Amino acid sequence: MFGFGFTMIPLYNVLCKNLGINGKTDKNAYLTSNEIDWSRSIRVEFLTNNNNYLPWDFYPRLQHIQLHPGENILVYFVAKNNSKRLMTVQAIPSVSPGLAARYLKKTECFCFTQQTFNPGQRRDMPVLFHIDQHLPKNINTITLAYTLFDTSGLKKTKLTSQTLSHIPA
Amino acid sequence: MEQTLDLEHTPQSFLAFIKRWLFTTNHKEIGTLYLLFSLLMFFIGGVFALLIRAELFQPGARLLNPEFFNQMTTLHGLVMLFLAIMPAFSGFANWMIPLMIGAPDMAMPRMNNWAFWILPVAAILLFSTLFMDGSAPNFGWTMYAPLSTTYGPASTDYLILAIHLMGLSSLMGAINIIVTLLNLRTPGMTMMKMPIFCWSWFVTAFLLIGVMPVLAAAVTMMLMDRHFATSFFNAAGGGDPLLYQHLFWFFGHPEVYIIILPAFGIISQIIPTFSRKKLFGYRFMVYALLAIAFLSFIVWVHHMFVTGVPLAAELFFMYTTMLIAVPTGVKVFNWVTTMYRGAISFETPMLFALAFVILFTIGGFSGVMLSMVPADFQYQDTYFVVAHFHYVLVPGALFAAIAGTYYWLPKMTGVMYNERLGQWHFWLSVIGVNLTFFPMHFLGLAGMPRRVADYSLQFANFNAIASLGAFLFGFAQLFFLYIIIQAIRGKGKKASAQVWEGAEGLEWTLSSPAPLHSFNTPPKFE
Amino acid sequence: MRVIKKDSIDMDHVKRFFLVFFIFLHFLVTPGLAFAAWQTNMPIGVTPISHAIYHLHMLVFWICVGIAVVVFSIMLYSLIRHRKSRGVTAAQFHEHFFLEIAWAIVPFIILIVIATPATKTLIQMNDNSDPELTIKVTGYQWRWRYAYLDQGIDFFSNLSTPAQELQNQAKKNPWYLLEVDHPLIVPVHKKIRFLFTSNDVIHSWWVPTLGIKRDTIPGFINEAWAKIESEGVYRGQCAELCGTNHAFMPIVVKAVNEQDFNLWVKQQSGELLHGTNT
Repeated sequence: MFGFGFTMIPLYNVLCKNLGINGKTDKNAYLTSNEIDWSRSIRVEFLTNNNNYLPWDFYPRLQHIQLHPGENILVYFVAKNNSKRLMTVQAIPSVSPGLAARYLKKTECFCFTQQTFNPGQRRDMPVLFHIDQHLPKNINTITLAYTLFDTSGLKKTKLTSQTLSHIPA
Repeated sequence: MEQTLDLEHTPQSFLAFIKRWLFTTNHKEIGTLYLLFSLLMFFIGGVFALLIRAELFQPGARLLNPEFFNQMTTLHGLVMLFLAIMPAFSGFANWMIPLMIGAPDMAMPRMNNWAFWILPVAAILLFSTLFMDGSAPNFGWTMYAPLSTTYGPASTDYLILAIHLMGLSSLMGAINIIVTLLNLRTPGMTMMKMPIFCWSWFVTAFLLIGVMPVLAAAVTMMLMDRHFATSFFNAAGGGDPLLYQHLFWFFGHPEVYIIILPAFGIISQIIPTFSRKKLFGYRFMVYALLAIAFLSFIVWVHHMFVTGVPLAAELFFMYTTMLIAVPTGVKVFNWVTTMYRGAISFETPMLFALAFVILFTIGGFSGVMLSMVPADFQYQDTYFVVAHFHYVLVPGALFAAIAGTYYWLPKMTGVMYNERLGQWHFWLSVIGVNLTFFPMHFLGLAGMPRRVADYSLQFANFNAIASLGAFLFGFAQLFFLYIIIQAIRGKGKKASAQVWEGAEGLEWTLSSPAPLHSFNTPPKFE
Repeated sequence: MRVIKKDSIDMDHVKRFFLVFFIFLHFLVTPGLAFAAWQTNMPIGVTPISHAIYHLHMLVFWICVGIAVVVFSIMLYSLIRHRKSRGVTAAQFHEHFFLEIAWAIVPFIILIVIATPATKTLIQMNDNSDPELTIKVTGYQWRWRYAYLDQGIDFFSNLSTPAQELQNQAKKNPWYLLEVDHPLIVPVHKKIRFLFTSNDVIHSWWVPTLGIKRDTIPGFINEAWAKIESEGVYRGQCAELCGTNHAFMPIVVKAVNEQDFNLWVKQQSGELLHGTNT
């Protein structure tokens, strides 16, 4: 049962991923979509948070966007390190409603890797995604939130993915 | 015990006294150790509670600053659950199970000794956190991350160690109980002829083995997040604070049934005795125990309804939680039907058992209300929840333990306790417990959150009543202490072997006090 | 030897007792009693969800009272009539298969009766579609932060009870521990969608009269909705232990009519107007 406790970790992740339970999106990159469902219009909102008084500017260039499932969308988030030291941060995504998370397929995202900024550095960071056409019919608004965490104290994580197309940063 | 016909332990030096109690492998002596230890812990946890209620007697900062207040609420919970109530039922298990099944001792007497002696070490570890730099644990007995991981004080690591120790103790006790009940029943005693108290502990032991290791895993992950740069519960590294809650409550919900099932067992022994009528529906009482145990594994998310779990989860866990009311109700109906058309007398054990049936059921009703998810959004983390679990724990589990004490004290000590004082203890306790916890339903419904060091003015009146009730209840327990001490000292009318007119079972064939070694040969049982 | 003769139970006394008891109970559970200091019941609240919750709560409550009365009456009757001191002999029955089945099935059916409205309300609560206003609520140790995403307003809301009142050096005002410097201003009759997250540890945003409680979890967002039916001031508190000052981070929501809300939005400037910069 002790081991069972630890096996809950991968089990939890698998269940949550496949049932889209806690709104965590994939760490995998998906191929861009090539089929658009013109009959539906979905509103996607973008939200940003700084964790623990992180001294950064972090906001989306667009508040929200109206799109069709299958459309490949490229949005930018602005991040600026306002502190006086080199900092490494990790953006953690969260989707509401949680069940929509598995249908939000990201091709490229700054949340895939940790980001290191010099003091005062400012960058536009891209997210290329599409909404899968199998999104349940009763979901019409999706909120994608990123929380920026200072990862200086954490082990280097292997949140990498294969970048399939190069987007200029 | 000094009163037993005890040829091995003639009066000796202080060192011999220590060695006797430190190394005993005798189930009666170990049972006594558990019971005395739990009594001490009950008073310490009670002092923490009285500090809390003193602070909350009126609004405004009074005796304790909020930081220390949070430590008191945390330690009160940890002490009462892990060091007081659980060891109390372990004490009864050790004393009574071998007697009830006609066995000479538990199956593994040496492990039994270890299982007990871990507890004082764990207790010392736990209390030492109060004296450490920084604060004692201050995040509630539920220890949610990240408050306990990223933001927890240094003493948290010692708490984690103490929890590991207490878990080990419970596990060893559980294994011992299962092996004993499966192997050492006297010939002729099939499982379905076993006293119901033994059944209640048999089921409890499986629950313990199932979930204690999960708690151990959860607190180990806490330790790793705190010191080894893992991110089990830290979103920054890809983890999830809710994972902690799932792991904790997967343990936590069966834990409360671990606490209450032995209590049910004690009540099921006492009511038939004082009704002079066999327990009604023995078979269904066993099935109900099994049903409750099974269901207890699939309800844990009801502690997490407001955390943002999806609709499907809310519905599933609402239905399973409501379902637990069915076998629990069956047990209550069976107790009432046992009394019905019996010939009832009202000695102190019966008084506490009757109060249990009524007041535990009231706690059960608030539990049904809590299971209704939409309503739970208003109840969760308020004093309504505090009222619910204190009703099932105090006039629930604790009254059952007290009833068991009065019931078996003559068998253990050889003398009848003072019945008049017992009645005083009972009535003061009942009044105290209801004055303390009933107003908490109102406080929760009116909007008072829990674990708050201070509150707004509209909550003042009921808080004052609750605090007065708490002190009355605390005072009443001094009667209990006195009664026990007098009985241990042998002050009272000599008790017969039978003790209670309506009592049935192998334990009542032994003299009172029971001899240190009993049933060296298996007794006849048909 | 004194023979104690017990009269049979006087049914008039019993009936009168139950009548008085029920009247007392009704009195107790009437919400919005003038005596706020003795409030015993949940508020009905000002949103469709808070109404639904209240009615569900009362339904379950009365069913529990009903079951309690039946069961405890039988028990009480037994304790009076079937006592040894009355000279009765105990009966010998101790099992009855069909009775056991019956008193498992009947509660099961009662549970289905209460699960039905509960399921309906739960589905309603989860319908966050088509909001007219979206507000992000962030829990901090130990205050709340509100951001109106479309209006570009962003501010902190702190407890404003003076320290002297907390330390018992000044008389406590009626809104002791329930007052803030910057309340959340919202319009009535509009569907408001709340998004919840946290800056540090888990907090919980709870306003009883709105019927909303949601945990705020660092790194994750939760959502809830409310449509407030009447203007007024609605107060709540943090409902998840979050450290030292957990008791000192209240919530004040002021619901105003649409024109006043729009006026207020226009008036926000300077430090309150940030854009959705976090």
